[in-house]
Amino acid sequence: MGLLFFYSFRNLLARKLTTCLTAAGMSLVVFVFASIVMLAEGLQKTLVDTGTYDNVVVIRRSAVSEVQSGIERLQASIVETSPQIATGEKGRILLAKELVVLITLEKKKTNSPANVTIRGISENSLILRPQVKFIAGRMPRPGTSEIAVGLGIAKGFKNIGIGQTLVFAMRPWTVVGIFDAGNTGYSSEIWGDVDQFMPAFRRPAYSSILFKLRKSSDFEVFKKNIESDPRLTLEAKRETQYYKEQSEMMAKFLRVLGETLTLVFSIGAIVGAMITMYSAVANRTGEIGTLRALGFNRGTILLAFLMESLLLGLIGGIVGLIFGSFMQFITVSTTNFQTFSELSFNFRITFEIIYKSLLFSIIMGFVGGILPAFRAARMNVVDALKEN
Amino acid sequence: MILKLLFRNAFRHRLRTVLTICGICVAILAFGLLRTVISAWYAGVNASSATRLVTRNSISLIFPLPISYKEKIRNVDGVKLVSAGSWFGGFYINEKNFFANFAVESKSYLDLYPEFVIPSDQKSSYLKERKGCVVGVKLAKRFGWKLGDTVVLKGTIYPGNWEFVIKAIYKGRDKNVDESQFFFHWEYLNETVKKLWARRADQVGFYMIGVTSPDIAAVAARNIDKMFNNSFAETLTETEKAFQMGFVSLSQTILTVIELVTMIVIVIIMVVVANTMAMSVRERMNEYAVFKTLGFGGLFLAFLILGESLLITSLGCIMGIILTFPAADAFMGAVGDYFPIFNISTQTIYLDIIASFIVGVVAAIFPVRQAITVPIASGLGRIG
Repeated sequence: MGLLFFYSFRNLLARKLTTCLTAAGMSLVVFVFASIVMLAEGLQKTLVDTGTYDNVVVIRRSAVSEVQSGIERLQASIVETSPQIATGEKGRILLAKELVVLITLEKKKTNSPANVTIRGISENSLILRPQVKFIAGRMPRPGTSEIAVGLGIAKGFKNIGIGQTLVFAMRPWTVVGIFDAGNTGYSSEIWGDVDQFMPAFRRPAYSSILFKLRKSSDFEVFKKNIESDPRLTLEAKRETQYYKEQSEMMAKFLRVLGETLTLVFSIGAIVGAMITMYSAVANRTGEIGTLRALGFNRGTILLAFLMESLLLGLIGGIVGLIFGSFMQFITVSTTNFQTFSELSFNFRITFEIIYKSLLFSIIMGFVGGILPAFRAARMNVVDALKEN
Repeated sequence: MILKLLFRNAFRHRLRTVLTICGICVAILAFGLLRTVISAWYAGVNASSATRLVTRNSISLIFPLPISYKEKIRNVDGVKLVSAGSWFGGFYINEKNFFANFAVESKSYLDLYPEFVIPSDQKSSYLKERKGCVVGVKLAKRFGWKLGDTVVLKGTIYPGNWEFVIKAIYKGRDKNVDESQFFFHWEYLNETVKKLWARRADQVGFYMIGVTSPDIAAVAARNIDKMFNNSFAETLTETEKAFQMGFVSLSQTILTVIELVTMIVIVIIMVVVANTMAMSVRERMNEYAVFKTLGFGGLFLAFLILGESLLITSLGCIMGIILTFPAADAFMGAVGDYFPIFNISTQTIYLDIIASFIVGVVAAIFPVRQAITVPIASGLGRIG
């Protein structure tokens, strides 16, 4: 077995250019596969991390996202009185009534306009989102025209830094803080006092209510109460579920794109492997004859050539993955069409992606190598020896 | 004579050549489809008219404008027609059944969009019916709707179940027109909004404006925006093309990814063809040495190898282009809901040809160099 492996390996080394070219083809396919799946994974991870399991989002029924939603003050105060809401310091409830709207800002790199999420926050908004940490400046004070921006916004858009002013909704707003929310959707948001935003944007209704559950298991009870209350036209979702739904369409699009592309591309790479392996078999007819004459049987020959091709696939897969993993340093910022707002996220590699890509590359090697290996194994000893 | 030699050489290793051609064919197919996906993204931009302007709230698209702006806009120099509308954002039965649906001021909207072709009897019956709606041929086919059917949409922005009667089905004047839209009377929407959410009444999402000539568009746009400066709802007016372009640029990143991927498929196939050519040349090294001994120059050898490479790639390219058409139809069947317009442009075919030409040339460079520089003696002595 060791000898066999060594034979296959040395053969790959013997013809460097061909080996390199074939492996390069495969590694490109694996690279495309891995990066697109990593992109979908990163998007989903970002939106899932945005939510906290024990938090509940309340929006208007069938509104799909906060932007489309509207909750009148009266309805909001009814929700506020629910007994399932957790209490924080000084016995006050951990609930935030928020306003979410979109404004158009220009991106730094491309100068193209993008829709940015503006969130009007109340006192508890920060406590309810432990992922959000201020890295510079401070929270906007209630009752002032101060805003804080997410790191993704500060990096990606023009003229946004502490002390600078943004003009929207006919008022100037001063940036007083920059917060980092890690890989979550909040990094792509701008926050300010909800009671300032509501009159400025002329929106007399909140968009959503966010609160923490007293007990995690209370969710079902709360949901039932809210959705059966005839005074309310609202629906409740766990925050994790809410954000997961928002990433579904785009993640699915990316996955389908990635899978179809790689399926098509892999045909090209398999053809490359086949060509290489067929010519490897043809060039080594004499050797095959000798091996058979020495007593190696057909099965061993088959295995030797198949192994060579699998090895070729594996090399391609590893190289492709190495390049793919560099993609993790790149941050992508694009519009999530489900919410119609800008969202930045990273490529993200997971164990599952690594193992799938390697498996995929080995399969390419197998499919490319199996027919040539059969040809090698079927050769007649005498004819093969005559070739040289 | 030389052509015959090229052909014979190319098909000396029949299996290898056939495999390579298949590879190129698949790559060209993938390249063509991806280019078509990209151009599908720009379909809205290509279909827009130079004499139409769009006015919307300057904060962002989700903010409305008062309907009272309509008469003011009509008074601006160069403005011929003004229509208004709102994105309705409803869905049919299930959220996944996405399609564009608007509430519009029907009479003026249809006048502004002559590319929506509607039989005149259907048009007048639509204009008379309060709950009437117009749907595109493709959309009607997708859900099996017929004239006179009652359709219920569920609103996401305007909650509730909304009932419509299909009074007209439009066809596109040419292939660029999106035939999967759904629109109905804005008055019908406004009436209900007035009853249920009075403060949201008498508002529209956008104004569509027809100007007398494309030259006047920029000035008219500036004058409109100037008029509403410092008002509660400031406006942003741009040509329809720029407006549509704004949508495209929202997903710029995804487009860039797809564009990069189209490059990669070309590189992959380049590698495969280069491999094939490298192998062929290595095997024929002593033949080239014989050619050289007979007095043929390097140029002749280069021509021989390059010709073979180009022959193989062009055969693959032709097959790929032929296959692109049925493949695009199949693709359209699968994801046509997301891409209302999916046409293979002639530009895509030119790009196919250019790409395969580049692949053929690049793949031949290394082998040609090898064949030209090999000394006769070592070439003759070499065993493939």
